[in-house]
Amino acid sequence: MLIGIPREPREAQAIVAATPATVTALRKRGHEVLVERGAGERASCPDVAYAEAGAGPADRAEVLAADLVLQVDAPTTEQLDAMRPGGAVASLMAPARAPELLEALAAHGVTGLAMDAVPRISRAQSLDVLSSMANLAGYRAVIEAAHDYGGMLAGQVTAAGTTPPATVFVVGAGVAGLAAIGAAQSLGALVRAFDVRPEVAEQVESMGATFVSLEVEVGGGRSDGYAGELTEDAERATQELYAQEAMTADIVITTALIPGRPAPRLIDAGTVAAMRPGSVVVDLAAANGGNVEGTVADERVVTDGGVTLLGWTDLAGRMPAQASQLYGTNMVNLVTLLDDEGHLGLDLDDQVVRAVTVAHAGEVLWPPPPIAVSAAPTPDRGEAAAAPAARHTADDLVRDPRRRRAVVLTLAVLAAVGAAFAPDELRMHLTVFALAVIAGYYVISHVTHALHTPLMSVTNAISGIICVGAILQVGSSNTWVTALALVGITVASINIFGGFTVTHRMLGMFRRAES
Amino acid sequence: MTLTSAVDAAYLVAALLFLGALAGLSRHESARRGNLLGITGMALALVATVVLAVSTAERDALTTLLLIAVAMSVGAAVGIWRARGVAMTGMPELVAILHSFVGVAAVIVGINTFLGEGQTGAAGVSQRIEIAAGVLIGAVTFTGSLIAWAKLSARMRSAPLVLPRRHLLNLVVVLTSLAVSVWFVVAPSLPPLLVLTLLALALGAHLVASIGGGDMPVVVSMLNSYSGWAAAAAGFMLGNDLLIITGALVGSSGAILSWIMCQAMNRSFVSVIAGGFGADPVPGTGDDDEVGTHREVGAEGVAEMLRQARSVVITPGYGMAVAHAQHPVARLVERLGELGADVRFGIHPVAGRLPGHMNVLLAEARVPYDVVLGMDEINGDLASTDVVLVIGANDTVNPAAIEQPGSPIAGMPVLQVWEARDVVVFKRSMATGYAGVQNPLFFRDNTQMIFGDAKAKVEEILAALSP
Repeated sequence: MLIGIPREPREAQAIVAATPATVTALRKRGHEVLVERGAGERASCPDVAYAEAGAGPADRAEVLAADLVLQVDAPTTEQLDAMRPGGAVASLMAPARAPELLEALAAHGVTGLAMDAVPRISRAQSLDVLSSMANLAGYRAVIEAAHDYGGMLAGQVTAAGTTPPATVFVVGAGVAGLAAIGAAQSLGALVRAFDVRPEVAEQVESMGATFVSLEVEVGGGRSDGYAGELTEDAERATQELYAQEAMTADIVITTALIPGRPAPRLIDAGTVAAMRPGSVVVDLAAANGGNVEGTVADERVVTDGGVTLLGWTDLAGRMPAQASQLYGTNMVNLVTLLDDEGHLGLDLDDQVVRAVTVAHAGEVLWPPPPIAVSAAPTPDRGEAAAAPAARHTADDLVRDPRRRRAVVLTLAVLAAVGAAFAPDELRMHLTVFALAVIAGYYVISHVTHALHTPLMSVTNAISGIICVGAILQVGSSNTWVTALALVGITVASINIFGGFTVTHRMLGMFRRAES
Repeated sequence: MTLTSAVDAAYLVAALLFLGALAGLSRHESARRGNLLGITGMALALVATVVLAVSTAERDALTTLLLIAVAMSVGAAVGIWRARGVAMTGMPELVAILHSFVGVAAVIVGINTFLGEGQTGAAGVSQRIEIAAGVLIGAVTFTGSLIAWAKLSARMRSAPLVLPRRHLLNLVVVLTSLAVSVWFVVAPSLPPLLVLTLLALALGAHLVASIGGGDMPVVVSMLNSYSGWAAAAAGFMLGNDLLIITGALVGSSGAILSWIMCQAMNRSFVSVIAGGFGADPVPGTGDDDEVGTHREVGAEGVAEMLRQARSVVITPGYGMAVAHAQHPVARLVERLGELGADVRFGIHPVAGRLPGHMNVLLAEARVPYDVVLGMDEINGDLASTDVVLVIGANDTVNPAAIEQPGSPIAGMPVLQVWEARDVVVFKRSMATGYAGVQNPLFFRDNTQMIFGDAKAKVEEILAALSP
C-alpha cells in the first residue's frame, strides 16, 4: 500500500513518524512510501536520506492522498481536507478529549487510528507509542531537572569537603517513572519513588530506588494497567506523603496520569512553597493540567520561594532522532498488523485493531469495548498441577532424605558383612576398589564442564585396560580361550588407540583467544 | 625382584599415571599433558602385561607374542582410522560404540576366566560371583551402547520404545538374572553363564531403547560408568589391581557426569533410567497454552540488529550440531568482533547429545574457549546483553521451567535468555522440543523467530554483515 509521511502540522513538533531506517523496513514489506519535503528536518533526517532509502520527496497533496498517512500530532482540518475518502491516518489523537476531531474524521470518510488508544496488553506492546515516548520523556525529565538544578546529582568526597547526593522523588512508577528512576539512579542521585499501586514496589526496588510506602490501603489499581483515582482517606494520606517527601527532595518528578481525565493534583502550592529554594519540579502531566499546582504547560516557572517548575510537554521531542526512530518502529509494527496482502485491512474483531480505530467508514467508533489486562497470574489449573506430582513418585523415592539414608545404611551394612566373609585376597581388592572410587570422585569433580567430552573419550581409552585381562589369557592351551582372548584384545585395542587419538585431536582444537 | 613383582610395580605406576591423566583434564591448560600421561601409563601397563603373558604362556612364546601383536595391530588400525575420520558432530556415536567394545571385552574375559579356571574347579565361590557380575555388567554395557550408538547415528528412531509394563519387564529380567547367577555360582557350568549373558544383553538393549534421544547425555555417561564397573569386575576375577583401580576411576567418572546431567535437567537418575520420558501425554500443555503470536524476522533484520549490538550471547543446542552450523557461527563471531561487539557463548549442561558436546564443536570451529561460558557463568549477564541468538536450542531456554509450576520441565535450570533486550531464535519450525513442551519464549515481545536451516541462515546473516 502507499504510505504517506507528511511534515508535522505543528511547527514545534520535532518528531517525525518515519526515519530512513523505518522507511527501509516498510519498503521491505512491499509498501511504497512518500515523504513530504522537509518532514524529517528537525529529527536530523534530511530529504536525501529518505531518497536513499527509496522514499522520494513529494508534495504535501500527494503525501496526504496516500492510502495510509502516518504522523505524530493529530491531523488538522486543512490536512483532512486534502485526504482521500477511504484513506486512513494514524497519529496521536487523544480521542477522549477530542470529539470534534473524531466527527471530522467520520465526516471526511477517513479512517482514524489513534495511537494513544493502543490497549496495554502484551501483544500490542510493539505498537504502544505512549510507552516508547514515555520512556524517553522520563529520561529527559531527569536531564532537564539536572540542568536546572544548581548542583551535582552524585555525592562526592573531596579534599575540600563532602557533598551529599541529590535526592530525587519520583511519583508514579509507570514507564516514564521507571525511566526517570533509572536515569536519576545512574547519575548518582538518591532516588525515592511512590506509586498508588503497591504491586510496583518490586519494580522500583529492582532499579535500585527506595519505594516509599503508605500505611493506608489505597487500592488504586485498575484492570487496564493504569492507576485509577483514590478514595478520600487514601487521598489525604497520600497528600501528606507527597508533601513530606517533596520538602526533603531536591528534584521532584511527577508522572501521574489517569487516561481520559485531567491529571490528578498531587502537590499543592503550599507544598511547593515549603520546598527548598533551588529545588526543581518536573511535571510530566503538564499537558493534561499538571500534577503540581503552579506548573504551566511548556513553560519554566520560578516561584517566589526559588523553586523551578518545569512544564515541558515535548520532553521526548527534545531527543527527536531517537524518538522518531522508536515512533517509526511502532508505526512499522502497526502497518504489519493492518497489512492484508498489500491492502489496508481492518479486522475489527481483533481487539487491538478495534481499540485504535476511532473512526471508520463515516462512523465514529469511539469508545471501544473494554479489554481487561491480566497482570495478575492466572490461577493454577488443579489437574495440571496435580499430574506432574503423580508422575514424579519415582523421584520422590530417591529424594526423600530419610529413605535415602535408610538405603545407604542398608547397603553399607551389606557391604561390611560381605567383606567380613570374603577371602583375604578379595578383601584387599575391595579396599583398593573403594579407595579408587573415592579418588576418582574427587579428581573428576574438578573437571570443567567444557572438557567433559574429552574426559569421556580419555576414560574410554583407559577402560581399554581390560585388554590386560585378555592378553594374559592368550597363552592358554585351550584354543577357544585363545580365540576369544584375541577378539577381546582387538576390540579393547580399538578403544585404547581410538580413545587416545580422538582425545588428542579434540584437545588440539581448544585454544585461547590470544594465542 | 621377580617378574611378577616388577609387573606389579609397573601396574602401580600406570595406575598413578591414569589418575594424573584425569586430574590433568580438569583444566584446558593441562589437558594435553593429561592425555600424554594416560598414553604413557597405558604403554607401560601393556608392555608389562605382554612380558608377563609371554613368559607364563602355556604354548610357545613366539606364537603368543605374534598373536597378541596381530590382534593389537588390527585393533590399533581400526581405532586410529575411526578416531582420525570422525566428525566432531559424530563424537557421541564414537563414544557410544567405544563403550560397547569395553562391554564385549568384559564378557569375553569373564567367559574365558570360567573356561580357563572355573571349569577345572580352581575358581572359588567369590571368583564365580565375580565372573557372573562381570558378564552381567559387560553384556548390559555392550547392547546398551550399541542401541545408544544406533539412536545417536540415526540408524534407529530416537523416540523411546514404550513396551507395555516396561518397568515390570525390567524387574522380571533383573530378578531372573540374579536367579541364574545363583544357579551358576552353586553349579558352575557353561549353560547358566550363557543364559545369563543373553538375559543381560536383552536387558541392556531394552533399557536404552526405552530412553529418548534427548536423554542421551545421561545415557552415554551412564554407559561410560558401566564400562568402568565392567572393567573393575574383570579386575576382581583376575585379581588384578590395575584393572580394579582403572575401572573404579572410569566408573566414578561416568557416574559423576550422569549426576551432573540429571541435575541440569532437574530429574532424578532413576526417572531417566526408567525411561519413557515425553511419551506420556502431559495434561495442561495443549493448545490452551498458546501464549500468542510469534514475530518473524529475516536474515537482514538480524544482521541489522547485530550491527547495532554491543554485547551478543549465542546459546547453541543440538540443532546447531544437526545443521553443522558451528563453522559459520564461528565466522559470525569473528565478524561481530571486528564490528566491535562483545560476543560470548552460553552453554547449557545438557545441550547436545554428550556432556560438553557443544564445547567440542565450537573448539573444532576455532572458537576460543575463554568466550565459551557455562550456564551459571552467563545467566547473570544476560539481562545486560543486547542480543541473544538461540541456535537450535529449545527446552534449555524455556521460561516455563521457571514460571509455570505445572510444566513438565518446571524446576529445570535454564538459560534465562529472555532477560536480554532482543532474542533471535533460529528454528526449523514451530515444533516443540524434546520434552514436548510449548515454549513461551517464542511469543515474548522481545523475541523474533528466524525459520530455516541454521547453517544457511547464519551464512545469510554473515553475507549481510560483510563489508
